[in-house]
Amino acid sequence: MSLFDHKVAELHELLHKKEISATDLVDASYKRIAEVDDKVKAFLTLDEEHARQVAKEIDGKLGRDEQKGQLFGMPIGVKDNLVTKGLRTTCASQILDNFDPIYDATVVSKLKEAETIKIGKLNMDEFAMGSSNENSSYRATRNPWNIETVPGGSSGGSAAAVAAGEVLFSLGSDTGGSIRQPASFCGVVGLKPTYGRVSRFGLVAFASSLDQVGPITRTVEDNAYLLQAISGVDPMDSTSANVSVPNFAEGLTGDVKGLKIAVPKEYLGEGVQEDVKQSVLASLKVLEKLGATWEEVSLPHSKYALAAYYLLSSSEASANLARFDGVRYGYRTENPENLIDLYKKSRSEGFGDEVKRRIMLGTFALSSGYYDAYYKKAQKVRTLIKQDFENVFEKYDVIIGPTTPTPAFKIGEKTKDPLTMYANDILTIPVNLAGVPGISVPCGFSEGLPLGLQIIGKHFDESTVYRVAHAFEQATDFHKQKPEL
Amino acid sequence: MEFETVIGLEVHVELKTDSKIFSASPNHFGAEPNTNTTVVDLGYPGVLPVVNKKAVEYGMKASMALNCEIAPVTKFDRKNYFYPDNPKAYQISQFDKPVGEHGWIEIEVDGYKKKIGITRIHLEEDAGKLTHGKGYSLVDYNRQGTPLIEIVSEPDIRTPNEAYAYLEKLKSIVQYTGVSDCKMEEGSLRCDANISLRPVGQEEFGTKTELKNLNSFNFVRKGLEYEEKRQAEVLREGGVIEQETRRFDEATGKTLLMRVKEGSDDYRYFPEPDLLDIVIDEDWKARIRAEIPELPDARKTRYIDTFGLPAYDAGVLTVTKETADFFEATVAAGAEPKQASNWIMGEVSAYLNAEGLELHETKLTAEGLAGMIALIEDGTISSKIAKTVFKELIENGGEAKKIVEDKGLVQISDESALLAIVTEILDNNPQSIDDFKNGKKKAVGFLVGQMMKATKGQANPQIVNKLLMQEIQKR
Repeated sequence: MSLFDHKVAELHELLHKKEISATDLVDASYKRIAEVDDKVKAFLTLDEEHARQVAKEIDGKLGRDEQKGQLFGMPIGVKDNLVTKGLRTTCASQILDNFDPIYDATVVSKLKEAETIKIGKLNMDEFAMGSSNENSSYRATRNPWNIETVPGGSSGGSAAAVAAGEVLFSLGSDTGGSIRQPASFCGVVGLKPTYGRVSRFGLVAFASSLDQVGPITRTVEDNAYLLQAISGVDPMDSTSANVSVPNFAEGLTGDVKGLKIAVPKEYLGEGVQEDVKQSVLASLKVLEKLGATWEEVSLPHSKYALAAYYLLSSSEASANLARFDGVRYGYRTENPENLIDLYKKSRSEGFGDEVKRRIMLGTFALSSGYYDAYYKKAQKVRTLIKQDFENVFEKYDVIIGPTTPTPAFKIGEKTKDPLTMYANDILTIPVNLAGVPGISVPCGFSEGLPLGLQIIGKHFDESTVYRVAHAFEQATDFHKQKPEL
Repeated sequence: MEFETVIGLEVHVELKTDSKIFSASPNHFGAEPNTNTTVVDLGYPGVLPVVNKKAVEYGMKASMALNCEIAPVTKFDRKNYFYPDNPKAYQISQFDKPVGEHGWIEIEVDGYKKKIGITRIHLEEDAGKLTHGKGYSLVDYNRQGTPLIEIVSEPDIRTPNEAYAYLEKLKSIVQYTGVSDCKMEEGSLRCDANISLRPVGQEEFGTKTELKNLNSFNFVRKGLEYEEKRQAEVLREGGVIEQETRRFDEATGKTLLMRVKEGSDDYRYFPEPDLLDIVIDEDWKARIRAEIPELPDARKTRYIDTFGLPAYDAGVLTVTKETADFFEATVAAGAEPKQASNWIMGEVSAYLNAEGLELHETKLTAEGLAGMIALIEDGTISSKIAKTVFKELIENGGEAKKIVEDKGLVQISDESALLAIVTEILDNNPQSIDDFKNGKKKAVGFLVGQMMKATKGQANPQIVNKLLMQEIQKR
């Protein structure tokens, strides 16, 4: 049994009883990484020397009978699009291959304050653009459940590392499903918080109006602890919301009696694999047994979500990624002929194909003459999608459906056709457009590959999402299954 | 063919907030390169802008002073373009909801008054500064993120003189509000001009050219005068004006082609997703409006009405708030308004011009100047002596009365004391007496000069004149 089979609360107790040390946890992490990361390929950069030093300091800090914070001494992995001072941050892109940030993301500072120990930086699709991790410019992370399949993306490294037991938990980011989809594929718990719940300062922006940082963990309870540590308004992020942060773990009562669940028919419709549907229906039965009720509803504008998402996210990305120009940091081409040549070559050589595709798409959508037809129309669709959710939430507490239409697919299976790849995010994207919170929890298997149940809540109501997820988790044992590596 | 000139001006004004518009870096001119910067100014991956509320308020204040309507909801947009001085490769600016719109200012030029419309005033961030060397370029991001307002005029300006008057008035009003120094030499006020010609009577505008590198109001006027002539010549010869950007060359006074504009630049504006819309309610507006001081036109009227100053004086005194405040303080300290005006427009202004200083950079106080004027009025010192006192006041400060006493500059009006000196001078200069009696009136001047020399300029000139005449007649 690995130390990481324990929940945060148990490790917390073991640490305080001095039965284990932070150094033991760090050892366990690097030992497991040494054992399996050749196969899983979850990490891009390790921070071993520093992590061991921090662990030593932390071990020295814990006095007799002293109570430290919940995450004290816990080893964590961080997605490589969160800047870490002095620790290489690449976004899995060649254009940032040599980039050592001079500041910490707000969430990284918060993890430091919580006295967690950063193990290393996790692989991802380049600039978080992708659903399989195959767009990493370094190497494709593998799904620990079957290394011939993808771990999902873009936070594939974050989900795979947790599933493989390389770290206790990790941070990912979710713009259109990038936490939930890999959590689903890897059989772990991943939450995209409400837009504004967590600071984006120091998260290398992909699509500013959609990006959120969130936790990936083995259990719902651990997820709540990690969200607790990173939540809250940040003076450095105007879009972080000045709303109170409840005690998320406190609400994990297991009680869902009287809970009203909405199940959008669009989420169990065409394109959703049969055994995925069946696992969702079986999950609903579990919740019914616990006293919840469910009804079918409609989110009528869901069918436009994918198109609206790709226009909006690519438009924002085209501006957000313009700063990678070879002038101040990152990759610069050799011997440019002039300024324009410097820009063209640095960017052409530094960015991968998918990133270039999205930059071109976004640039086009924002061009004069096309702006109204694309960007502006997509914004209108976004408003309608948001209204769809608001309408449903007037009568229901949560919305439930599958996280993805299929389980993890084979490496290389969808790389030739970007559109089928994009379609994999069809059930997660509307949640980002609406800005509401969504979680994926393990809810079954399809031919040995995990499936995820998506639970979507009202704005800033992560507490209810967690309560439902936790109740479901306690009533099932999918989360107890572990991949053989 | 007779042409009518159509001019529109785009003025950028730097706002003198303590920190930058979207970061906490200090906003000061003249620091070591790249020291007034944070990761936000450098456009680092992951950084986010946070609006400086003061910058928004300064924008509101300038907009109100320039008679604009204030937007109930204002927002920021991204303007996308690549350039090394633009670290994010987009500038955060305002596109469709600028802070102010539909304003105007009144100018007075060549004897007529005219309202010039202001289309819009929007907030934006300034870029860094490039320095080019041989085979390399350097970039200093200290200026990156300096809050700017761009003030776009309507194409209401018809002559280079009107353009000049518009800029003077604009600068004066904006300076009064205290949101900017408006120093062209430090770049805190910059101006681009659009100019086109059309046949008199034609409604439709002609093709315009844009003039850049206009580094003083005078160069704006000169550039427009040159461009007006150049375009007229091209048109008269049957040529076509190209839509182009032209650079004013200070050395030759000509405008030179920089680049031809093919279509309009596509900046791909879209709403800045990192910032929230800013709602401006009536309370906020009222608070900012209350902070705007009395503006130059109102002050000018008041000076004419309450101080009885000539319109010319009132106009000159109210151009800058500093001068107007100083004038009012001088009057408040007891000086007669017209005397105060004469000194401020005369000696004070001449000194400042000669030394290249501003009033607050000298030691002169309103009390000092008022004290000196009082001493002239009561005859303690002559106007001539006053110039010595003034020099002392403006260079070293102090109190006029004390300077006069310490330096023994009190005017000698004692007739018996002066008579003794007059007698001695007349005794020593019989030739001058003869000359005067023979009709050479200038001879008196020489004698007065001798008197002043003997008294170190302290003799009361009226009494000296009287005594000289009286004593010459006796001889």
